[in-house]
Amino acid sequence: MAIFLTKESKVIVQGMTGSEGQKHTRRMLASGTNIVGGVNPRKAGTTVDFDGTEVPVFGTVKEAMEATGADVTVVFVPEKFTKSAVIEAIDAEIPLAVVITEGIAVHDTAEFWAYAGSKGNKTRIVGPNCPGLITPGQSNAGIIPADITKPGRIGLVSKSGTLTYQMMYELRDLGFSTCVGIGGDPIIGTTHIDALKAFEADPDTDLIVMIGEIGGDAEERAADFIKANVTKPVVGYVAGFTAPEGKTMGHAGAIVSGSSGTAQAKKEALEAAGVKVGKTPSETARLARELLAG
Amino acid sequence: MDLFEYQARDLFAKHDVPVLAGEVIDTPEAAREATERLGGRAVVKAQVKTGGRGKAGGVKLASDPDDAVEKAGQILGMDIKGHTVHKVMLAQTADIAEEYYVSFLLDRANRTFLAMASVEGGMDIEEVAATKPEALAKIPVDAVEGVTEAKAREIVEAAKFPADVADGIVDAVQKLWTVFVKEDALLVEVNPLVKTGDGRIIALDGKVSLDANAEFRQPDHAALEDKAAANPLEAAAKAKGLNYVKLDGQVGIIGNGAGLVMSTLDVVAYAGENHGGVKPANFLDIGGGASAEVMANGLEIILGDPDVKSVFVNVFGGITACDAVANGIVQALELLKSKGEDVSKPLVVRLDGNNAELGRKILNDADHPLVQQVDTMDGAAERAAELAAK
Repeated sequence: MAIFLTKESKVIVQGMTGSEGQKHTRRMLASGTNIVGGVNPRKAGTTVDFDGTEVPVFGTVKEAMEATGADVTVVFVPEKFTKSAVIEAIDAEIPLAVVITEGIAVHDTAEFWAYAGSKGNKTRIVGPNCPGLITPGQSNAGIIPADITKPGRIGLVSKSGTLTYQMMYELRDLGFSTCVGIGGDPIIGTTHIDALKAFEADPDTDLIVMIGEIGGDAEERAADFIKANVTKPVVGYVAGFTAPEGKTMGHAGAIVSGSSGTAQAKKEALEAAGVKVGKTPSETARLARELLAG
Repeated sequence: MDLFEYQARDLFAKHDVPVLAGEVIDTPEAAREATERLGGRAVVKAQVKTGGRGKAGGVKLASDPDDAVEKAGQILGMDIKGHTVHKVMLAQTADIAEEYYVSFLLDRANRTFLAMASVEGGMDIEEVAATKPEALAKIPVDAVEGVTEAKAREIVEAAKFPADVADGIVDAVQKLWTVFVKEDALLVEVNPLVKTGDGRIIALDGKVSLDANAEFRQPDHAALEDKAAANPLEAAAKAKGLNYVKLDGQVGIIGNGAGLVMSTLDVVAYAGENHGGVKPANFLDIGGGASAEVMANGLEIILGDPDVKSVFVNVFGGITACDAVANGIVQALELLKSKGEDVSKPLVVRLDGNNAELGRKILNDADHPLVQQVDTMDGAAERAAELAAK
């Protein structure tokens, strides 16, 4: 099973012919992803060779879907053009759009998110500014390194890319059902709550690891959701306990303003919901290990 | 990027939001002529990026040009909540009948924009929100539809603005929305938005915060940056395209990925509790790539920080494998040495992830006298803190 992405997923890449798009399409193919096409209006009708795999290029997402039955798009389009690329994906009603691009203006994200809503949210959006998601051994949609972990029964949802990798690696002997990097921007599509809901319903996930960071109140809302709806054990980690107020820590959304958005408040909210929260990534991994061992 | 009041005022004027005439000066003497140009009287306002200026004595009424010189002299150089006043704005005086509040901001929780409005402006709006929440109207604004005239009326009605000012407020609200959208703002706040004795609506004080990610389509925004205020190390890092924040500790930090670096700061601070309270000296995310050049740039900034006593390089090899990162560190140290940089602070390196063993071997073989390796993040943080405390 896994969530959002399986071996049945047919993946296209918007921006496949750019340098980042090419590099990561090659990596996704190498990790077994069924890449069925790329999108670039200026190169429609051509193909791109990835170590012997010929991937066709289509003019639009709609054409790519009609020709291949694609149900996932991974977006590497540069930040200036990301909004229109995502809107094109929404118009084509592709079920999942994974937006890797970083540095997107918040007004652009707000606009494509509102647009998705006005079209009935037929497209699940992951990101932007995220590493994407991987269902180990089945499919990899984004830039998560595929070879640091194996299939297993832990579900992982995280705002941060490298902390996702760190956690996948720490628990690599146990393995993961799906790992979802949701991104750390102020506005994101898929949230912690969306992933928690899906992991709760996924028969192949036994335990959920949730990684948050300073800024906003997504972790607090996730805690409320866990309390009311999640029966599976959840282990949490929050980065940024020592971050000073008013300084943006790398992610546009990672900022403590006044008393809101602090790591301590998030930790307390999660613990109040019964989540075991680690002080460091390694302690978090140990907590997950202990809970799974029962 | 947060703007000064006078910069916010300029953006308001650019989009036809009604504002009062004003001039920015940085010496008391300049207040004289400016006040004369403004009609002989002026409000002297400290330009600092923090609230509570009025209470701190940073806003004063000057009754004539001489008085303005004196008041400007009092305010320039003043410290307001840790912000030194380097500039004051002299603004035309206004006959204030009513004070209102209007803002547009990002609503992260609902992934949309929010309009907030109140007829109880002037005071701290967070206090209004806390003590009289019913007096602060909050209306979601759809990012695609924006603030149409109908939406502006909805805001005005929700906040219960009196009928005599409704049209004026509707107009101002739409123009403020234009500022919010056209300038890629994350916050546009007017407090107070006033009604004058003769019934005009004027934005008397404003706060604007701009989205740095929108710089590609906002070429004018770079000039709004307060370069004088930036820490020199932060400015140097920015010039090199590095994501760096100066902090007040002793352990220099380099890592890849924002979350991992934030986590590294925490782990070092915890370790520092056992070593005389040493803390992280900075946040530096060199990104997923971690090439030799970027590593060298990062090390150069960190080694140039006189507060730094030890450096913790914390890299998880994901897309970039650890052997490439290790080579990057070795080359970076050589590069810095060849540039004549003082490379004398100990480096604790933790490599984990793809090809970690190969990476560790490369560093072992290079046998650099300043480089020590510790295999775990917690252990490496402990070691770096210990070295910084020496």
